[in-house]
Amino acid sequence: MTINWTDFTPYASFGGGVLIGLAALILMLAKGRVMGVSGILAGLLSRPTEIDWSWRLVFVIGTLLGPLLLVALRGGTVIEVVQVAEGGQLWLAAFLVGLGTAIGSGCTSGHGICGLARFSLRSLAAVITFVATGVATVFVTLHILG
Amino acid sequence: MIRLLTALVSGLIFGAGLGLAGMLNPAKVAGFLDLFGNWDPSLAFVMGGGILVNAAGHQIVRRRQSPLFADSFQLPLSQAIDRPLLIGSGIFGIGWGLAGLCPGPVVASLLLNPAGMIPFILLLLAGLWVGRQLAPKLG
Repeated sequence: MTINWTDFTPYASFGGGVLIGLAALILMLAKGRVMGVSGILAGLLSRPTEIDWSWRLVFVIGTLLGPLLLVALRGGTVIEVVQVAEGGQLWLAAFLVGLGTAIGSGCTSGHGICGLARFSLRSLAAVITFVATGVATVFVTLHILG
Repeated sequence: MIRLLTALVSGLIFGAGLGLAGMLNPAKVAGFLDLFGNWDPSLAFVMGGGILVNAAGHQIVRRRQSPLFADSFQLPLSQAIDRPLLIGSGIFGIGWGLAGLCPGPVVASLLLNPAGMIPFILLLLAGLWVGRQLAPKLG
């Protein structure tokens, strides 16, 4: 293992994390809801009459506008995006992310930020599991197949 | 109306935070998961910042009887570390590692890269739907 100092962004990443935590806190304080994106998306798959649909849709709209707000606030500094997958690998990833978060009841936001902030052992087990299989997957794609 | 406004503000801050944190860049996420290669620890700082603020805030929230604009707090009830949790999280991690994308950043990237992210989110939603049918059978 080596440390990638070139790409290391501790201040921006910590600052971004603080904003993510603040967003989760606002949703909890105002609505009493966990900011779990996979759960919010799954809720949108239900019939609008079954659950409280509107706040989920509005949260999703806010989330997709948020990066544009950031770009505007930073005077047009573009957000760097470099894809690591294409074609079949990308589509398989998309399906597995949906499948896994539905079965495991959460993703990086719900278990990773909200669950750990409540000191939930269930969420800690989830985070350890998805980071472990994520690390193993990147090891295989980058260092064995790559 | 104020309820929807708070959800919008929360989403806006979340999306902006993901962008600032570097979470919208799959290569950066893969760099964090590349623990045995050239490791970029930045995402640990994202989690650290997020958990710190949310945990401090949670101490305030838990002293309240109810949220500001809803009848009650709806926290996850289950505390079980069971098979669906571990199998599902394991599958999610494989997908996360394959593309460097998790659900929040996928939503936040929809307007930045619609050509790539619209098919991605449709497949993600298909996976969510299948997962919800399968989950009860795994317990």
